Amino acid sequence: MTRTRPPERAPARADTPPVPAAAPDPGPATVPAVVAVRGVTRRFGDVVALDDVSLDVGPGELVGLLGPNGAGKSTLLSLVSGQRRPDAGTVRLLGGDPRDAASRAGLGITPQETGLPATLRVREVVDFVGGHFADPVPTGELLEQFGLADLARRQTGALSGGQKRRLAVALSLVGRPRVVLLDEPTTGLDVGARQALWDAIRAYHADGGTVLLTSHYLEEVQALAQRVVVIDRGVVRADDTLDAILRRVGLRRVALRATADLAAWPGVVRAERLDDGTQELYTADADELVRSLVRGEVDFHDLRIRGASLEEAFEEMVTEAAR
Amino acid sequence: MSATTTPARAGTAPGPLRLTWLHLRYQFLETVRVPIAVLGNMLFPALAMFFFVVPQREVAQNPLWATMSVASLGLFAVCSASLFTYGLGVAEDRQLPFDPFLRSLPAGPGPRMVARIGNGAIFALFGLVPLILIGWLFTAATVTFGQLLAGVGTILLVSVPFVLLGMAVGYSLSAKAALPVVQAVLFPLAFAGGLFLPPQAFPEWLDAISQATPTRAGRDLLVQALTGEPAYGLAWVVLLGWTVLFAVLAAGAYRRDEGRRFR
Repeated sequence: MTRTRPPERAPARADTPPVPAAAPDPGPATVPAVVAVRGVTRRFGDVVALDDVSLDVGPGELVGLLGPNGAGKSTLLSLVSGQRRPDAGTVRLLGGDPRDAASRAGLGITPQETGLPATLRVREVVDFVGGHFADPVPTGELLEQFGLADLARRQTGALSGGQKRRLAVALSLVGRPRVVLLDEPTTGLDVGARQALWDAIRAYHADGGTVLLTSHYLEEVQALAQRVVVIDRGVVRADDTLDAILRRVGLRRVALRATADLAAWPGVVRAERLDDGTQELYTADADELVRSLVRGEVDFHDLRIRGASLEEAFEEMVTEAAR
Repeated sequence: MSATTTPARAGTAPGPLRLTWLHLRYQFLETVRVPIAVLGNMLFPALAMFFFVVPQREVAQNPLWATMSVASLGLFAVCSASLFTYGLGVAEDRQLPFDPFLRSLPAGPGPRMVARIGNGAIFALFGLVPLILIGWLFTAATVTFGQLLAGVGTILLVSVPFVLLGMAVGYSLSAKAALPVVQAVLFPLAFAGGLFLPPQAFPEWLDAISQATPTRAGRDLLVQALTGEPAYGLAWVVLLGWTVLFAVLAAGAYRRDEGRRFR
């Protein structure tokens, strides 16, 4: 992987909230978890959305929840934010039951951008949400930080998609929370807007805040998270550092046509043959595979290479787990 | 708080009163920004008055009967607004994506529910204004200023169980299901409570049933406040009983509710 992580930003403001210092060495026995999920199962009718899931998030961690659509990510967040109750198991938030309002005093979450009350003005929504907290960030300051100051008097229904996203993330931080849950924070944004939001999330984390974010973009989790939890079909498939996960899901897909069957070629992790005769070869190192095919004088054409999609990477992880 | 490293935070969490005031203000703003919702609320009782009361001279020109008619229609308007606003409004709100966000804020169900009741009262009062004006200008209905104040206070009190019933429906059902349920509840209650036909016209058995309904209790208390015509003895008890029952139903429905039924 050639991507480099942008440098951590220094705390953006002098009057930062007194959040717990970032714990670089979260010993699970000594540091109380900010979010503690134990053996949680949640069903919707016949569908098992979460199946015996356990997850601890310590203070100051930035955890990415990764999984395809419908994997159970949002369900997990709704349990942590007290919107739903698990069928089995326990969920603790900052040491309390998330269904008690008092436990949520240190929690920030993003509304879905489509859900902002359309007739209220930007400033009013921030004032309203901030009014629930003991020590909210002053509205003007927060809008300034998210580049929304010019839009303060605009009704939220008149905002563009990117502006709504920014407002949504701003709302999650207005109460100076100790932990924020970000559900797909930048889905559908252009590159510039996405970078600006990532910077805001990094700044919050650099101040010592705890972040649990979901995404179905590998890229987003890669840019932000230190620890990655992979969820698929309601089960935690992997829970590891970003690097370790990337090694497991960072497959490339090499598609080509050839007369010889290349499924057993060295370096090929998995292979599929399509109806039109194209062979799809999954490998950790596409460059090396192509070089070795050339050296081996394999007669191939129509060569195409791309990163394995998340779905494909998951498939790989699942088959690995089954072995 | 579990983190031992956290120093005590400046400021205290806002109490229930401040939270209720907050929700009241923003719910009011949200509603007022859609003028047609407010206008509809004001037009309906006024139109009903014009169609059903003003043309009937023997009612309209009799001070006691005219005042009773204004009271009955006013109460019907308030009941209908409460049941529709809360039954349907809450069910619709629950389908909005902003609802789960609101539920994750550090406020229990109390402030939102109380603010809804408060807003219901405010908009019900708006709806009564044209009704009172028509009663004053086009019929023989008369009240003293003191009676008018007592009447307004009574109608607000009487609206509480209907707001709670509306919320119980709204938090239990989807918007599509809430609409017929509200209609099925409202019209029988209004009829049995003597809001369309005066209860003096009821046979004895219907009168007995009528006295057990919250609409009848509310109507008689309202008439008592406006005209001095005494309500039956158990009216307050009946009203209070229904209020407690509907409050329990509404709170239970809110607790069971988890927003939209899909993920």
